[in-house]
Amino acid sequence: MITKRIIPCLDVKNGRVVKGVNFEGLSDVSSPVELGKFYSDNGADELVFYDITASSDGRAIFTDILKEVASTIFIPLTVGGGINTLGDFDRVLKCGADKVSVNSGAIKNPNLIYEAAKRYGDQCVVLSADVKRVNGKFTVFAKGGRENTGMDALDWIKRGVDNGAGEIVLNSIDTDGVKGGFDIEMLSAVCDIVSVPVIASGGAGNIGHFVELFNTLPKVDAGLAASIFHFGEVSIKDLKQQLKLNGIPVRII
Amino acid sequence: MVVIVDYGVGNLFSLKSSFKAIGVDAICSSDKEVIKSADKIILPGVGAFEDASYKLFSSGLAEVVINQAKKGVPLLGICLGMQLLFDKSYEYGEHKGLGLISGGIRPISDVLPKNLKIPHIGWNALSFTKKSKIFKYLNEGDCVYFVHSYYGANCLGSVSATTEYGATLTAAVENGNVYGCQFHPEKSGEVGLKILKAFCESEG
Repeated sequence: MITKRIIPCLDVKNGRVVKGVNFEGLSDVSSPVELGKFYSDNGADELVFYDITASSDGRAIFTDILKEVASTIFIPLTVGGGINTLGDFDRVLKCGADKVSVNSGAIKNPNLIYEAAKRYGDQCVVLSADVKRVNGKFTVFAKGGRENTGMDALDWIKRGVDNGAGEIVLNSIDTDGVKGGFDIEMLSAVCDIVSVPVIASGGAGNIGHFVELFNTLPKVDAGLAASIFHFGEVSIKDLKQQLKLNGIPVRII
Repeated sequence: MVVIVDYGVGNLFSLKSSFKAIGVDAICSSDKEVIKSADKIILPGVGAFEDASYKLFSSGLAEVVINQAKKGVPLLGICLGMQLLFDKSYEYGEHKGLGLISGGIRPISDVLPKNLKIPHIGWNALSFTKKSKIFKYLNEGDCVYFVHSYYGANCLGSVSATTEYGATLTAAVENGNVYGCQFHPEKSGEVGLKILKAFCESEG
């Protein structure tokens, strides 16, 4: 039986993980390589590295770091942030990324998903969507959630999948950072319209929220979170044990 | 020396790194003489069968790989590389494979219940159907990472491991010194590294 995936997300700026973490036993708590290894050793099923660097120098450092991570950790790696062209896909895939996540880049250039899926395969293209309710309607936001595109989120996601996106990361801006649980209503609406894996993001505050997610929405394939893992509020090992006890299939290492 | 056949399909970075992690020298090469000198051969691959098959046969590398396998050199096909070991594939038409494993590659949609997502992507458990040298360090139920929409069919005699995804799917095949994994050992954490290590220790 396919297992539900637990995915920590690391924001990297100028080669360092921002919002540093708080674990014992790590000599360098903002080294992407050390943190990646820590998560991998503790049962993460996949890692997402998000490049939030703005400069081209920072971008070059990021690709070097990615290479180092990819030669140390042997689980799937997804890279996002600053992916605007096929050249960006090429750059990160050559450094060992398995999947590439597009967000604002796909909004600026709607052909990006189609072109990338044609060249690298659907399994390689992840559409990450930042979605917020505006007047009761699920609406897509760009630029890290700062800019309202006015686009209907369900239409946008459906179109992305039709163009070849092989996975969806749905980040609910409404629940993000609140730690009150995943946005079940929004996730349910997306699961109903797509046939590719859906990764839930935004709102996880404790283990119970993951249990609720997978129990309520069996169609959701994975849960993604950042700060609760980074700050040690939830350990992936404990989380997986609890999921298992609740009858949810997970990979235990 | 382990040689990873580089025929222009897919990204070999992780595969090369995973051999390094288990302390084995592996090189990527498209040079026939280098492949002939290998004591272990890895056939990788992602993407479409037709394109990969064309590249292997038109470059003459298919012939070298087949000959070396028939001489007893251990050969491991990974993902699309496993599918290429078969007689043929029915992915968008009918295309010739290396013929080292009897059977054909068919869409998983043929056997899956309608409500399941395709591709089969993620970590799934292995169930062993025969004792295999390359799984000697593994336990029943160990999880490995899959990404595929096609599977090995009509190959019952060669199946060494299966996985459950609405149906029982071929996860690994074996015929003498020829091995194939539908999943990605190089993306399957410690379990995957143990498979590569065991393969490197096999004598054919």
